[in-house]
Amino acid sequence: MGASDFIQLLLIGLSQGCGYALVAIGFVFIYRATEVVSFAHGEIMMIGAFVVLTFAEIWGFGFWLGAALGLLAMAIMGYVLDMVVMRRMIGESQASIFILTVAIGLMLKAAAGMIWGYSPQIMNSPFHGQFSLGGIVIGKERLAIVVGTLIVCVLLWAFFSKTRVGLAMQAASQNQLAAYYSRVPVRRLVSVIWAIAAMVAALAGVLMAPITQIDTEMSIFGIKAIAGAIVGGFGSIPGALIGCLIIGVSEPFLDYFYPPLKGVYAYVILLVVLFLRPEGLIPQTYQKKV
Amino acid sequence: MRILFKTSYDQDIDHLVDPGERVRVGLVIAVALAAPLLVSSYFLSELAIFICYAIAGIGLMVLLGFTGQVSFGHAAFLGIGAYAQAALMTRGVPFLISLPLAGLIAGLVGAGLGRAVSKMHGFYLAVATLAFAIVIESVIGAAGPITGGHMGLQVPPISFFGYELHENWQIYYLYLAVLLFVIWGTANLMRAPAGRSMIAVRDSETSARSLGIDVAKVKVRAFFVSAGITGIAGGLMAHLLFYLSPETFNLFESLRLMLMVVVGGLGTISGAIFGAIFVSFLPNIIDQLRVVLPAAVANQAGLEYLLFGAIIALFILFEPLGIYGRWRKLRLFIETYPYYRRSTFVRQKRYLKSERFR
Repeated sequence: MGASDFIQLLLIGLSQGCGYALVAIGFVFIYRATEVVSFAHGEIMMIGAFVVLTFAEIWGFGFWLGAALGLLAMAIMGYVLDMVVMRRMIGESQASIFILTVAIGLMLKAAAGMIWGYSPQIMNSPFHGQFSLGGIVIGKERLAIVVGTLIVCVLLWAFFSKTRVGLAMQAASQNQLAAYYSRVPVRRLVSVIWAIAAMVAALAGVLMAPITQIDTEMSIFGIKAIAGAIVGGFGSIPGALIGCLIIGVSEPFLDYFYPPLKGVYAYVILLVVLFLRPEGLIPQTYQKKV
Repeated sequence: MRILFKTSYDQDIDHLVDPGERVRVGLVIAVALAAPLLVSSYFLSELAIFICYAIAGIGLMVLLGFTGQVSFGHAAFLGIGAYAQAALMTRGVPFLISLPLAGLIAGLVGAGLGRAVSKMHGFYLAVATLAFAIVIESVIGAAGPITGGHMGLQVPPISFFGYELHENWQIYYLYLAVLLFVIWGTANLMRAPAGRSMIAVRDSETSARSLGIDVAKVKVRAFFVSAGITGIAGGLMAHLLFYLSPETFNLFESLRLMLMVVVGGLGTISGAIFGAIFVSFLPNIIDQLRVVLPAAVANQAGLEYLLFGAIIALFILFEPLGIYGRWRKLRLFIETYPYYRRSTFVRQKRYLKSERFR
């Protein structure tokens, strides 16, 4: 394995990791706000990619307008999903909530298969082709993922720490009852967070589409992103980013060196990390003091 | 409402306190024993599959319903049990030894997993078990010499001292005996200190610890028992499948087990049985639905998954206590008529209490 192969794999891993991170950001936000772990997020990402595909290709709006409309549609879907389903579950045990989200994921996947079929579809995006930099070939679609992740991170950071709504969301996620008492409209904010999360997931779907093609199997991303977020320590955004990058970068290398377990290394890494540090790299839970 | 007079201290730990309950369970066992006389041979083999699911459901119930530990990867133990059984029988180990051994192997793997995850909680556990199941599926595929890899593995027929069981009724009685033994054993476990400490861990880890319970040890024990029972179910299932391949025990199978205990009702053995009945007859229900639904939807490939998801979601949203909870409500309604109040079963907590501090 030469140096250029190494850098090639590193780049592939980096972009893959950023893709995971985009999905992970969404459900880490949801988790921070409501302590709901959404196992359906991979499916939401897949649906997002399909919706954008529908707008851009099938209805012929073109990529940019189609993507904008698709993201908007996904935001509405996220909002409605919270308003109609997830809001009822506040206060239920965590176990039943994530069984519910798994069930929702199952339904979304089946519905997507029924509507758009099971064969992979290709979306024409402006990010294709490649350029070489000092002998290393870089795919534009991979660069787009990395840049997109960076932009989304900065935007979300600005939103949550600079705007009034963002601060209110932070308050709601720290203590719901106290936020209620200070006239923060917690329920609506939680729905908005779901909308943002769905939008970010759909964006991840659109950016990953040129690499993976769009089909129902895309939803496996969700579980790998959860694995990444847990490696980092669930509930912390930097942790999720680091964890997803670790998983994304090490996957292609491990696949290269020992192919029989190809595709499951994300889970192997997860199990190893959890075995060593049960709370992930950056712990987010605290022992209750009586 | 019936008032029970306790005339001895032993009544506190009776399996079935209510005389009506005793009659009902006796009737069910009698019907189960008489089943080969009543139904066709084909239906008996269906019943044998139902029994396998019931045993696996009890296994998952020990973990999820009684200890409160979520496992999304229980099909892995089903798979380990099935493969262990098939591999042992192929190497000439008699059935009576290989079945407990299969359970033991699955149990030990489960205890190992439990040891690894005993410090985790909530969804960390769920994801770790999910990852475990995916990895096990791949490992079974990769471990060709023992498991036959993706080529699959032939399962030898059941035999006792050189006498092979071929008839469906013989297999049915054997499986029924195992099921009754597992139910009896689990019921006994749950009234023993080991089982009660599991329930204490489920209800509150902090208070369990302050009562002097070694929480980590209880969790490992629960994983061992649960995986062992599920492994036995897998071993029995192997003989019904005749041919094992790694894909048999995939994530969907884990979800099916999950569906079973959730729909049946968490926290009771009867819940596992109700759930197993439901899951075994679900394909028939789906076939019925196919007739009713418009052709455009009915002939789609993903319909089964869609309905699966819908049923789990609807149960969790509208009847979190499952079929068993519905049955309890019905019974209370009849017993206390006309004084039944809906609010007896209404959940109190209506806001989010953080689990980040536990």
